[in-house]
Amino acid sequence: MNEAVNQGETIVFWVCGFFAVLGALGLIFSKKAVHSALWMALTMISLAVLYVSNQAPFLGMVQIVVYTGAVMMLFLFVLMVVGVDSSDSLIETIKGQRIAAILLGVGLAILLIWGIGSSMTDVGSGSLDDANSIDGGNVQGIAHLIFTTYLVPFEVTSALLITAALGAMVLAHRERWLPKPTQTEMSKARFAASVHPGNLPAPGVYARHNAVDTPALLPDGSVSDISIPGPLKARGDVRPVDHMEIDEIASLDEGSQS
Amino acid sequence: MTNSQFGVFGVDPWWLVILKVVAIFVILVLLTLFTIWWERRVVSRMQNRIGPNRVGPQGLLQSLMDGIKLALKEEIIPKTAHLAVYWIAPVISATMAFLAFAVIPFGPTVSIFGVETPLQLTDFPVSVLYVLAIASIGIYGIVLAGWSSGSTYPLLGGLRSSAQMISYEIAMGLSFVAVFLYAGSMSTSEIVSAQQSVWFGVILLPSFLIYITAMTGETNRAPFDLPEAEGELVGGFHTEYSSLKFALFFLAEYINMVTVSALATTLFLGGWMAPWPLSLWDGANSGWWPMLWWLLKVQIFIFIFIWLRGTLPRLRYDQFMKFGWKLLIPVSIAWIIIVAVARALRNDVDFSNQSLLLVGAAVIVLLLLVSWAFQAKSDRKQAALDEAVAAEALVTVDAAAGGYPVPPMPGQEVTITTRRSMAASTTIVADRAVTEAVTNEQENPDG
Repeated sequence: MNEAVNQGETIVFWVCGFFAVLGALGLIFSKKAVHSALWMALTMISLAVLYVSNQAPFLGMVQIVVYTGAVMMLFLFVLMVVGVDSSDSLIETIKGQRIAAILLGVGLAILLIWGIGSSMTDVGSGSLDDANSIDGGNVQGIAHLIFTTYLVPFEVTSALLITAALGAMVLAHRERWLPKPTQTEMSKARFAASVHPGNLPAPGVYARHNAVDTPALLPDGSVSDISIPGPLKARGDVRPVDHMEIDEIASLDEGSQS
Repeated sequence: MTNSQFGVFGVDPWWLVILKVVAIFVILVLLTLFTIWWERRVVSRMQNRIGPNRVGPQGLLQSLMDGIKLALKEEIIPKTAHLAVYWIAPVISATMAFLAFAVIPFGPTVSIFGVETPLQLTDFPVSVLYVLAIASIGIYGIVLAGWSSGSTYPLLGGLRSSAQMISYEIAMGLSFVAVFLYAGSMSTSEIVSAQQSVWFGVILLPSFLIYITAMTGETNRAPFDLPEAEGELVGGFHTEYSSLKFALFFLAEYINMVTVSALATTLFLGGWMAPWPLSLWDGANSGWWPMLWWLLKVQIFIFIFIWLRGTLPRLRYDQFMKFGWKLLIPVSIAWIIIVAVARALRNDVDFSNQSLLLVGAAVIVLLLLVSWAFQAKSDRKQAALDEAVAAEALVTVDAAAGGYPVPPMPGQEVTITTRRSMAASTTIVADRAVTEAVTNEQENPDG
């Protein structure tokens, strides 16, 4: 196998390996949850590139589309909505959680080291080109294996995923007692509530300024109270209305009409 | 890749690879400048305006000048921004937009400085999936931009776009499946050569239509431009960006438009192959000519993008999500099943095309009959329900409840008649003051 490793592959391995490890460390040591998610995305992309350079292009691309593109994106989505930015609390909510976590972590580490270690000694190296050319290509080879030898595990996994998706839908489901109000109904309710249904009148309407402190005037010359922002009203910053001018205009108007 | 069928790829000398990379970069930047001008001109025409016509011939240099001006503007970074992520988001967006073009075939094998090489940077067995993968990384740019701006509207825009892209990527991926089944490959160059006799856009029309819809959603273009809906979110994810960083987002958006158009051309319109009347000419599919056909096809898609923008209003967000999940995805799954069954019947059971069409027609007629029966039944139910609701609504309807919000016209007495009993009527007398004013005016109309 060593003969097949050319210079380009070595460079790719060291670059991607560096970024994969960097991403993994960043995932653990980041203070912000969103940063952790981003470091993890970096690790996933580096691994995908390594898959491709190991002549498994299908796996590499699916890794990016599914894990980086969908799973991590949903993670980010939840983090953004919930806004988990505070540091973790160290209080145990489930009794014996810490011991169980340590035991399981050690067990997983032993399993991984054992598995990877035995694969390095017991399993002989083969040619990737040969493995890919059995069925005429990488994609065809994967399809052949999934739909013959590994059909049952594949289907069981998909059943598990569908169950999980259904479970999530059941958990998030809320029974509606009343039919959902339509846009028309909501609009009718808004008008029936007898508060101002639309945009409030803009300041400065029918006045000589369009500054926010200039109240809108109603057709009879009185001030429209809802046209001024609340804080300005509270500070007493409303510009007084020059009624003399309005009267003058009104008298001119009357004069022109009669 | 050392696969035999990809022998023409990955054997270029290093200078040719660099030449191709630079050429793709230049083509994309030029196409972006052109597309911005083209969009402004076409939309102007659709709105009875003229559009930019001052800088350069026909205003062609307008977008170049705008770009230079944009890049030289002052940069404003909000205090609450998460700086590292804020910096990297536009970079991710722009680089990913360029990367996707590495596998798009521009034309057949040509000779460049004496080297025979295909007009395509590279290709490998899963290059269409590669485009999908790159697109899904590109979303990170938008989502991170929204999050890192530390401001409400960008965050909402980022959330919208992540939900939108995940939803529409599924429909997009499903629309590829039928093409893969017919081409027997996921590599772009092989999909193009599989369309020698007939374009997939013709025989796989439903897939084509689903893809066109999904690509509009995927590129945030009207009527699916909810992440940057200016009426609701100011500018969406890029509200807090300015100067060169904003320019990068702008660039990425237009390159993505070109990319999805190029992918549509590759998968459904025969890529660089000459269209019918031109294909009668023998030389149409060799040499550098195919690049012209490719460009024309891509421009057709871009025109469709602009046309949609000029025509359709923006969707409401829940309608948009419902459309994606409850219509596009089920329809594409059903269509894939039909295509797969048809392929299996033809390949394994030795069905002729004719009998396949006959069986298909029979199945469609049967389905139509069944659905018609169901529809008639539910229509009757719905009609009865509607009648009951309408009868109830008529009793309580009151267009000007107590003179609010629609006051009666001066002197008007609102009489509301229900359908149930024409005799029973309600009378609303207008506000006294209004009535008085009106009577005054009626007495001396000259004022």
